[in-house]
Amino acid sequence: MSKEIKFNEETIALVNKIIKRYPEGKQKSALLPVLHIAQAEFDGWLSPETMEYVASLLRIKPVEVFEVASFYSMYNLKPVGKCILEVCRTSSCWSRGSEDIIKHLEKKLGIKVGETSKDGMFTIKSVECLGSCGGAPMLQCGASFHENLTLEKVDNIVENYRVEGKRKSYTDQDFKNTL
Amino acid sequence: MGKKILLEHINVPGIKSLDVYRQNGGYASVEKALKTMAPDVIVEEVKKSGLRGRGGAGFPTGMKWSFLAKPEGVERYLVVNADESEPGTFKDRYLMEKIPHILIEGMITSSFALGAKTSCIYIRGEYFYVSRILEAAIEEAYAAGLLGKNILGTNFSHDIFVQVGAGAYICGEETALLESLEGKRGNPRIKPPFPAVAGLYGCPTVVNNVETIASVPYIVMNGGDDYAKIGIGRSTGTKLISASGHINKPGVYEIEMGITVEDFIYSEEYCGGILNGKKLKAVVAGGSSVPILPADLILKTEKGEPRLMSYESLSDGGFATGTMLGSGGFMVYDETTSIVKNLYTFARFYHHESCGQCSPCREGTGWMEKILHRIVEGHGKHGDTDLLWDIQRKIEGNTICPLGDAAAWPVASAIRHFRAEFEEYINHPERIKEFKHLQELVS
Amino acid sequence: MAKVTIDGESIEVPDGTTILQAARMIGGDNVPPAMCYHSKLKTSGGYCRTCIVKVSKGSDKDPRPMPKLVPSCRTTVMDGMEVQNNTSPEVLEARRGVVEFLLINHPLDCPVCDQAGECHLQDLGYENGAAKTRYDFPRRKFNMIDIGPNIKMHMTRCIMCFRCVKTADQITDNRVHGMLFRGDASEISTYIEKAIVNDFSGNMIDVCPVGALTDKTFRFKSRVWFTKPMDAHRDCKKCSGKVALWEKGNEVLRVTSRKDKWGESEEWICNECRFDKKDIKDWVIEGPRHIDRHSVISLNHYENVVAKLKIDIAKQQKQIVDKK
Repeated sequence: MSKEIKFNEETIALVNKIIKRYPEGKQKSALLPVLHIAQAEFDGWLSPETMEYVASLLRIKPVEVFEVASFYSMYNLKPVGKCILEVCRTSSCWSRGSEDIIKHLEKKLGIKVGETSKDGMFTIKSVECLGSCGGAPMLQCGASFHENLTLEKVDNIVENYRVEGKRKSYTDQDFKNTL
Repeated sequence: MGKKILLEHINVPGIKSLDVYRQNGGYASVEKALKTMAPDVIVEEVKKSGLRGRGGAGFPTGMKWSFLAKPEGVERYLVVNADESEPGTFKDRYLMEKIPHILIEGMITSSFALGAKTSCIYIRGEYFYVSRILEAAIEEAYAAGLLGKNILGTNFSHDIFVQVGAGAYICGEETALLESLEGKRGNPRIKPPFPAVAGLYGCPTVVNNVETIASVPYIVMNGGDDYAKIGIGRSTGTKLISASGHINKPGVYEIEMGITVEDFIYSEEYCGGILNGKKLKAVVAGGSSVPILPADLILKTEKGEPRLMSYESLSDGGFATGTMLGSGGFMVYDETTSIVKNLYTFARFYHHESCGQCSPCREGTGWMEKILHRIVEGHGKHGDTDLLWDIQRKIEGNTICPLGDAAAWPVASAIRHFRAEFEEYINHPERIKEFKHLQELVS
Repeated sequence: MAKVTIDGESIEVPDGTTILQAARMIGGDNVPPAMCYHSKLKTSGGYCRTCIVKVSKGSDKDPRPMPKLVPSCRTTVMDGMEVQNNTSPEVLEARRGVVEFLLINHPLDCPVCDQAGECHLQDLGYENGAAKTRYDFPRRKFNMIDIGPNIKMHMTRCIMCFRCVKTADQITDNRVHGMLFRGDASEISTYIEKAIVNDFSGNMIDVCPVGALTDKTFRFKSRVWFTKPMDAHRDCKKCSGKVALWEKGNEVLRVTSRKDKWGESEEWICNECRFDKKDIKDWVIEGPRHIDRHSVISLNHYENVVAKLKIDIAKQQKQIVDKK
């Protein structure tokens, strides 16, 4: 189950390319992008081992990685489902019905916000404004934005992800945005 | 139709690509600036244009540029703030996604004016897919000789890269953004020094919003005076407004500053009126941080003049009866909306996004959320409204960065204009499900 | 040099001096309280906001007042600057707000806290706080953790001054703890259990203004005001060996750095001196340490206080007589 925490050569090359963007000695700047890559590669979350590995790659102290990883809301510090359904709940999404969307998802998947379905497929997360207020209510899954949600639309989205059965990451290249 | 500067070509098929963008006049400002203008002249033109920062603060861009320290042998940076996270705001995403080259063009021209060899777009992590679009556009620009060494055969060389954030509203604050770009927690720095003196890696840095930089090509091509003629008074040019909430046509609109708020809400060209024919209750005109105004005060100033979409008109009356243009995040609420519940979503937001460095914001935002939560749940206590008022007052102005103010203002304005609704919640918790009767309570 | 006036008292100070430093040079009652600033730590200060003051005149050159209250510990003086601290009701009101914010999640467990008596938060609350809290929600809770064999971390009491993080950054070679999470969920921690093994880690205890970091070799041994502080030194290869010993009878209960009148360490000391040298014979005693901090801790040792108390009693008696 648990694979070795180590990037393959291709990913290492990508990390080095990112580091090159910054001046000599400022490789810590690569921390956020590299954590995104690590999260996508190692089961969608950042384990202490993953974070220590990233620290060693960037030649910084592990605590510097812990400090950063725990600050930003997109990094998961605990195991999560393959598809994290992040439903926006701030003003415009709320006023256009996000609470109903969340309730519907909770009922449909039989889990509460913050929980992961038993099959490990879905995690529901309620999040703050994702900059998609014009398409309220909305949810994000991986790199994809799903806007102007209705309960039927939500059903379709969930079914499609279930059929696809793949882990969704922010870094996905094959995102499809329903804008 | 009002003047369009940023979205003029938005519906041209293929405008995302460099070729189509260039066929529509794109990158002409790079050509003109690099080959015929001195950097200082461009800064002068931007000053003349009256362009003000489009991220929310509205600080004159030309003046910000002229503050940039220029010590010999030290790198200078331009950092584009694409960490668009202010609730109600989604214009930068729209612009970058639909017409990415306008930003790249603006960055090259602006960097030339500032003498920056490297510039960067810091984009919020949730917009990962937009970063792909920008990176593709940057690649095209490199291939066309618009980036890299000796751009268009001139002596000017420039590199651009895109950096993604990872979920933190606070990184929209420019010094928090720079911290984040250095691979740290997004904790705002204590100022002074300002980024113009010590910014990224301690080097002089200008941080500008996406829309601000995207406006520079027009100014370079047409001159600052021409730009200054658009708009009204000190609110020159056009502004992207993100319209959302209870309206028929949510979306991003480019307006010439000076149109009336009424026209913006009700005309078919813009929001198309209130959803389902309902009545307007309130508007947050410039992103969640700015004061909410009830219908009568957003449509007309206290003096009875029509309220205009401009920095000055929206702030007419100060915080007592006015608000701010902010980032242009225009959120509309119909007569059935609970202002208290809406405020709770804002308070929850600021509590979630406080970085935790300074005590008033760290402790105060959570406290306000908790009080509002008990009020909306029907467990409000007598005196809670006054307590909220006092807490926001003790946060405002006493924090390291403007997040404290941003958390305080929505609370203050909701109480100022809708106090009766708070009292209704507290005194009649059994009625909290019926929002309809709340409309008569507007004080 | 720059001339600055604070609450009506003027002083000439070198350029680059902060308002707080200038106020400390003037001394007296108008020195703003400070929790997160520490004179020996670079970039400390600016976070807690207790030292905020009003700049009513920016400088002779630009006399405009500053638009907001400023942290005096991070604001440098300008020639001709005029500052209001205790003379500004606005400052006092804002400071009361800050103190309330610092206390809403604090457990107020002073009766069982080793820091009681020398706690900056106690002093701050006593001087600027309200008698009753308006906060009626459950307070934040964290589990206690050991960071290293000699230091207890009691996060519940922490006020997020970051002085211990800066200490680890600036005087040790490998920081393993830091600020984790964000907002009011922030905590000072190592994330995964990790011992802080470093010759100078004990200084984090001394810089902690509250009881969040305590000396495990001293925990629950005695209330500080029952111990007698003595200046002492020893020949130490790692540090200057100049310390304060806290004795009870002939027993050394704890060893700390020597703190100035603002409660800030004068010099860093090593862990060997702090934790391992608890025998009176390890030390050359210089004499009783004069504790100049206005706090409970000074009560037991301090001739001036006793004298002052006597005067106060006389005054009160007179008032009672006058009233009658």
